[in-house]
Amino acid sequence: MSEMRRVTAIRNGTVVDHIPSGNAMQVIKILRIDTDRATPVSLVMNVPSDKLGRKDVLKIEDRELDQEDLDRLALIAPAASIAIIRNHAVAEKMKVELADDLVNIAKCFFWNCITKNEREPLPQRMRVTSRDPLQLRCYYCGRGQEIDELIENIL
Amino acid sequence: MGDIVTMDDLTNQDIVDVLDDAERLVPVARGDVYLPLLEGKVLANMFFENSTRTRMSFETAMKRLGGSVLNFTSIGTSVAKGETLYDTMQMVDGYADVAVIRHPRQGAAQYSADAVGIPILNAGDGAGNHPTQTMLDLFTIRQVHGTLEGLNVALVGDLRYGRTVHSLSHALVRFGAELTLVSPSTLKMPVEIVSDLKEHGAKITETDLLEEQIANADVIYVTRIQKERFPDEDEYVKVAGIYKIEASDLSGAKKGMIVMHPLPRVDEISPDVDSTEFARYFEQAFNGVPTRMALLCRSLGIDVPEKVK
Repeated sequence: MSEMRRVTAIRNGTVVDHIPSGNAMQVIKILRIDTDRATPVSLVMNVPSDKLGRKDVLKIEDRELDQEDLDRLALIAPAASIAIIRNHAVAEKMKVELADDLVNIAKCFFWNCITKNEREPLPQRMRVTSRDPLQLRCYYCGRGQEIDELIENIL
Repeated sequence: MGDIVTMDDLTNQDIVDVLDDAERLVPVARGDVYLPLLEGKVLANMFFENSTRTRMSFETAMKRLGGSVLNFTSIGTSVAKGETLYDTMQMVDGYADVAVIRHPRQGAAQYSADAVGIPILNAGDGAGNHPTQTMLDLFTIRQVHGTLEGLNVALVGDLRYGRTVHSLSHALVRFGAELTLVSPSTLKMPVEIVSDLKEHGAKITETDLLEEQIANADVIYVTRIQKERFPDEDEYVKVAGIYKIEASDLSGAKKGMIVMHPLPRVDEISPDVDSTEFARYFEQAFNGVPTRMALLCRSLGIDVPEKVK
């Protein structure tokens, strides 16, 4: 049986493949997928993968991810591959690409950053200072960001 | 274009050029020569946090070059009424040609630079950066040692919250300095900065012992442990007064070694050091004037003449 068929194929929606093993729940959080949504979300964790050794796969019915979603996804699943499914067929394939500058993806965690004043109108910005391992700093205050904290502070 | 938020906004050549300009401007800074290079220009001194030397030296620098100054403090102004930094800076954009900003929040200078079109000079953002202080520190070091290259510098005190040492260490390693970071374990240099310094290939030693560094140093740069930056006063009490340099401690120092301090000091340098050959902190404070003159000229795109008379 193909690894992708462990859960039912979807009619319309998005398949997120090649999520690092164990990170699917974080992906659900970062994509702000409501747990009380009307349509199904299928999750496969820890399946064998040629590329990653082990991986997670997520199938989200009736939602097509957009570029902003992919920018968020890059924080935890930079090697993920995305397939947009329409009427049971792959209509579009997308790759996650981590930008150098992440605008309005997450809030800086540092208590004394200028952006902590919610009324300040300029966007939140993070600079990627290293890709492997992933390291980010707030563009304004320069503080290094913990990835777990960023996920908690996602916008 | 003329923003200076961190030392990354200046290349090594920019630094040397600004220091050369500043050197030529010393007679103007002293009031011996009048050179109205900035006549008709307006500086906004935006101080959202207390300052003595930085605010006054920027004001003197601007006035000695024929410019004028708007002084702003956040007490009793629209900021006290809850105005955002963004809105305050929009106003300044319309009133002045260049702005100096000091703010208790980290990142405020970069934020301001993004919010407005006029050049922004960072005069301290929380525990972040203080690049114009670094420029006058480098000026002082070069004045004594004749070079910025390859010096052995001990940075002492509050390296965690001390913004002057954050900017200074970044600049020094770019000129091949060997740094010894002397602090109690709770006030160590932030990991991001140590990692940046090591990326430059710098030799960095971290220690909490000052005494054994004195004999090797070309520069001992002392900072105050800043009560106002501690989230918890108990933590402050534990480390307050931990380093205190007295004249007798310097008997084994190299000839030509200098003791620097961004001031104000509390008790980290005893007054009996003031009269030794090592003390440079008062000259250092004066050097803020010619250095800030050169920085203001650079930000406003005004060339300092090759001969100042």
